[in-house]
Amino acid sequence: MGERNANTLTNESQKVLEMLGIDKRFQGVHALKECTFELRKGEVHALVGENGAGKSTLMKILTGIYQPDKGEIVYNGKKVHFRTAKEAQVAGISIVHQELNLMNHLTAAQNIFVGREAKGFMTDDRVINERTRKLFDSLNLNIKPTDKISFLTIGKAQMVEIAKAISFEANILVLDEPTAALTISETEELFNMMNELRAKGVSIIYISHRLEEIEVMADRVTVMRDGQYVGTLVMKDATLDQIIKMMVGRTIYEEPKTKSHVKPDAPVVLETKNLSSPLVKDVSFLLRQGEILGFAGLIGAGRTEVARLVIGADRRFRGDIFVSGRQVNIKCPKDAVSHGIGYLSEDRKRYGLALGLSVTDNAMLASLDDYASSGFINQRKCEQETYKYIKSIDIKTPSSRQIIRNLSGGNQQKVVIAKWLIKNCDILIFDEPTRGIDIGAKSEIYKLMNDLVNRGRSIIMISSELPELLRMSDRIIVMCEGAKTKELDISEADSEIIMKYATLNDVGGKKHG
Amino acid sequence: MVNGEKSGVLEAIRRSGLQKLLALGALLIMCTFFSIFGQNFFSHSAFMNILDASYYIGFMAIGQTFVIITGGIDLSVGTVMMSGALIGGVAYNVWHWPIAFCLVVIVIVATIFGLINGLLIAKLHLPPFIVTLGTQFISLGFGSIVAEVQTQQYPTVNQADGWFKTAFYRTQGGFPMGAVFLLLFFIAAYILLTRTKLGRYTYAIGSNEEAARISGINIDKWKVIVYVLSGFSAGLAGILYAATYTTIVPQTGNGLELYAIAAVVIGGTSLAGGVGSLVGSLIGVFIMTVLKDGLMSMNMQSQWQIFFTGVVVILAVLLDIYRSKKAAQVKN
Ligand SMILES: Nc1ncnc2c1ncn2[C@@H]1O[C@H](COP(=O)(O)OP(=O)(O)OP(=O)(O)O)[C@@H](O)[C@H]1O
Ligand SMILES: [Mg+2]
Repeated sequence: MGERNANTLTNESQKVLEMLGIDKRFQGVHALKECTFELRKGEVHALVGENGAGKSTLMKILTGIYQPDKGEIVYNGKKVHFRTAKEAQVAGISIVHQELNLMNHLTAAQNIFVGREAKGFMTDDRVINERTRKLFDSLNLNIKPTDKISFLTIGKAQMVEIAKAISFEANILVLDEPTAALTISETEELFNMMNELRAKGVSIIYISHRLEEIEVMADRVTVMRDGQYVGTLVMKDATLDQIIKMMVGRTIYEEPKTKSHVKPDAPVVLETKNLSSPLVKDVSFLLRQGEILGFAGLIGAGRTEVARLVIGADRRFRGDIFVSGRQVNIKCPKDAVSHGIGYLSEDRKRYGLALGLSVTDNAMLASLDDYASSGFINQRKCEQETYKYIKSIDIKTPSSRQIIRNLSGGNQQKVVIAKWLIKNCDILIFDEPTRGIDIGAKSEIYKLMNDLVNRGRSIIMISSELPELLRMSDRIIVMCEGAKTKELDISEADSEIIMKYATLNDVGGKKHG
Repeated sequence: MVNGEKSGVLEAIRRSGLQKLLALGALLIMCTFFSIFGQNFFSHSAFMNILDASYYIGFMAIGQTFVIITGGIDLSVGTVMMSGALIGGVAYNVWHWPIAFCLVVIVIVATIFGLINGLLIAKLHLPPFIVTLGTQFISLGFGSIVAEVQTQQYPTVNQADGWFKTAFYRTQGGFPMGAVFLLLFFIAAYILLTRTKLGRYTYAIGSNEEAARISGINIDKWKVIVYVLSGFSAGLAGILYAATYTTIVPQTGNGLELYAIAAVVIGGTSLAGGVGSLVGSLIGVFIMTVLKDGLMSMNMQSQWQIFFTGVVVILAVLLDIYRSKKAAQVKN
């Protein structure tokens, strides 16, 4: 991670923004309660808090997407009120939202300049392509302006979104969990950009659940809890423990695993031999009962693709799958579920959830057969079952009937987990299970996973966060460019050796040009 | 790397617009097929017949393309076209207005229906399917009410105002003026879709409406404009229809919208929004008219034409799905 630019903030540093007594209610949810926030010129100000604390809502109010019920915003010493996103943009406040907001069928350049492509009625793509190329060059991005978004990886698409926000040359830049989908090098690139912007006097509001990033980048940090302002700390005087305590009201201690908890003779529940597809090269592995098998690698290493082959979501060219020793023919995800394999997608919005349905409907989606008789769904039983999980994994929702779209990101993820727990799957594949989830919820999900393996379930965990892999896995498989490059017992694994094998071919590739 | 090369090839295919090429190829194959197996298909009169039938569907399909790219649908174009033509006919026959004014009436009536569609959809957030289904019936009824269920007759070539037919349909020498107008309108629409903000926002709305809104685009305004454009195109289609067929019968026109939609879909425009092209739609129009005339030349009557139109639509959609799957593979 980049060097921290010492930026000595004094009390005299100019305030650019003050949000005072902001209150916001949605149906049934009091999302912000008299919340306060203050931003100075040229600082990176981290905003942290658990899932559902109201961070995104506060920023949406700042940028004119939501209207506050009460409270005022003072910007550059003047009281302002933005009624639309455009008004905030024009005033010099731009935002990268937590969820991607790009038009997939348009090119990168068309996305970046949408709404301001030309003064008149006629557009000329050559002009915006040229401007986009300059912008990308200055940000060191290797993306063609004419590339359609749908052909970019999530990480690249995210970088386009960030470039778009930067292109407004705003005074205030809001980044709502920008690194969730980025690779390590992309993240570093982003941090360099942020340092440059800060040096130019741009104020940055940075939302992230990754405290190590905040430690590196932030000048100050504001903590929110349950829609309320808890406090602001100067980063160089603060410790992470202090911040965590403010976030969750208690300290969380996480000990890394040092040795496998699985008996060497535990039965093999899942085995694959030579799984191959255009993006996966001959991957074989086995998973034992009660084991957590970690999959490490850079974004795009083919880990998700392996999972998709196992559950039959993509066609495999070659390769066999054995469940509990018997060869099975998995052709579609339904087959996988019937063999007791559940998959939690990394992109829950696209594959994991029906955003317009309620918590109950989503949680029960995979198990309706078990809760219906002659085609009629026993709604009461469904609600009871869902409620049990709302309690046990602490899903923050006003009721089991709340529409998923209105839940915060982390709570949406918990609903997906609940879905497979209710289905009683023996083998669970967690693909980036804690992406966008706060530490409180994270440690609950870890606890949940440990509970599950103790009760004899087996877990495959794909994660780009090494600390979590090292803390959770019994064994780790490292992948690079579609191939398995190393298999490590947890006792011999550390981040250095994992990174070495995760970038193995990368180095080789560069040598060959 | 093997992977890189492979995606390179697919990328190239994707960029060259496979669907359009395939549609064009299909059109050429059909023409060849009918020339060989049909009677008199490869003749001047057959060619003129194909053109005649393509005018009004072509205009409707052009407007419809914009609507479908936004992720919407306009089910009212067929009846709106007829209702405009009917009321224009009333203006001519009953109110005795000059023919030029009557033609303007056709366009105005149709554009107003487009405006109503747009306002209901954009401002009241009603689903396009429902709104335009409603205006389909309303325009169907409205035309008949104004015409008092009388068939309206436009002037023929030899009558006093016959110039309108020579101007919009065929010259005395038989030159297809309708094709000229269709081409001119096509070019204008093409520029609108590819070179202007209207076009850009049409794609943006269909691709991700929320993202477009957050980017500060006035979604409501542009949606209204798109439906107005569809109504306007239906109005022009009405003029061409009147010029080509002379007689306008009340309570007709429903079902014609399906030809326009089919042409757009055959041309590779996705009903899910965000993708599509006018060139494709135009090819789609001709695929359908060629099919119709070709089957006729093989002595297969209208029931067969309808039947095969359906087959072509489904084939086109299958092709589209196959293509987007390939595209998705490139991405991964
Ligand atoms: N449009 C909405 N309708 C109803 N409730 C909403 C809406 N948007 C947010 N909420 C609720 O407001 C609260 C705050 O949500 P918000 O998205 O701001 O949290 P967050 O701090 O950004 O969480 P995360 O870290 O998970 O992104 C949550 O309880 C959420 O369910
Ligand atoms: Mg958020």
